Amino acid sequence: MSATIDFTIDGKEIKGQPGQTILEAAQQAGVYIPRLCYMKGLTPWGSCRVCTVLINGRPQAACTQPVAPGMVVESNTDKVNALRRNIIDMLFVEGNHFCMFCEKSGNCELQALAYRLGIAAPKYPFMFPKRELDMSHADVFIDHNRCIQCARCVRASRDVDGKHVFDFADRGAHRRIAVDAEAFLKDTDLAVTDKAAEACPVGAIVKKRVGYAVPFGQRLYDKEPIGSEIETAAAK
Amino acid sequence: MAKPKVATTSLAGCFGCHMSVLDIDDRILKLIELVQFDKSPIDDIKKFTGRCAIGLIEGGCCNEENVRVLQDFRAHCDILISVGDCATMGGIPALRNMVPLQECYEEAYLKGPTVHNPARLIPNDPELPLLLDKVYPCDEVVKIDYHLPGCPPSADTIWEALVALLTNKPVQLPYELVKYD
Ligand code: SF4
Ligand code: SF4
Ligand code: FES
Repeated sequence: MSATIDFTIDGKEIKGQPGQTILEAAQQAGVYIPRLCYMKGLTPWGSCRVCTVLINGRPQAACTQPVAPGMVVESNTDKVNALRRNIIDMLFVEGNHFCMFCEKSGNCELQALAYRLGIAAPKYPFMFPKRELDMSHADVFIDHNRCIQCARCVRASRDVDGKHVFDFADRGAHRRIAVDAEAFLKDTDLAVTDKAAEACPVGAIVKKRVGYAVPFGQRLYDKEPIGSEIETAAAK
Repeated sequence: MAKPKVATTSLAGCFGCHMSVLDIDDRILKLIELVQFDKSPIDDIKKFTGRCAIGLIEGGCCNEENVRVLQDFRAHCDILISVGDCATMGGIPALRNMVPLQECYEEAYLKGPTVHNPARLIPNDPELPLLLDKVYPCDEVVKIDYHLPGCPPSADTIWEALVALLTNKPVQLPYELVKYD
């Protein structure tokens, strides 16, 4: 039996499948809900809260919340987008994001969300924390300056690659991504072909010797906002 | 009616954003019809001659002189625009923000691989503007009305924003014109 689960997002009627999350059902219907820690094929994590929607007036993470009949979901409204902008602003100021020389620029999901949400500059004071680089591995490096702690590398390595190379160390403001060996990335069994080496939404886990491969104007988010691929796929 | 005045300055920047202003190509002739430049490196006027409609700020604040110039711009300009990543977010000069100031001095004047400084002196002349502990984006120092990010922002970005402001239209830039690189 596959009865649909009917609900609305911003007034649009959506037919979800049992067991789907709001984010997935929306996407199937051509409605893009902004997200960062969500990645297709990985267990939902629910940590970044960029996918926050109001369900019957209450904030919930669309990437973890299952669909239920009759839900009234608000997503692309001024109120919800203001919440999302605050999160993106905070992610920018709590790390060190020098987009002008970042290999990920133009293809970065954090940057693309800032563009989509109309952020010209973050409104909070910058923290400029001291963060480290790990260049030890032959093929991949970690730049902790740009890590937004989305745990996509953790899940990709653990669930897809079956290796568990990454996890978090320390707590609170000191929380950081770490490798499961005593020392550095070179001491792990991470391979450049691993899912974990390409799961990072930002420029924190980067393949070496790729650099600025795609010219300006042709990168993923140069011309069209992130999410428009979902919106236009549905319009066709 | 007198043309509105525009002032520009480069604080802790590289003049790349000013180059981008010049990069509007022949539209610069149209710009000269629309505005009169006041204090600016473009015409080399050193002091404000009066009230300005728009001030364009390149660069953040890395020393006390930058702060004074920025405050002077705020006092003289109706609308202040942070132009470029250094003005909006600190930019490349802010790479020193993760290093204590004393270590920056030591690297620059004592330890750096190309340093020749037999007297082992760190410059400390009263003529030199005092460095701030960190490089600050402009809006952490004075109120900024608009931000045009980019390293540099494209000529089109600067042009569109200026024309909108000078013709009393809202600054609504198309998606491709607001970029951080
Ligand atoms: S990771 Fe993204 S937001 Fe951060 S510096 Fe690189 S491009 Fe910019
Ligand atoms: S390194 Fe990248 S994928 Fe891993 S937690 Fe940080 S931002 Fe996420
Ligand atoms: S995408 Fe849902 S919490 Fe991050």
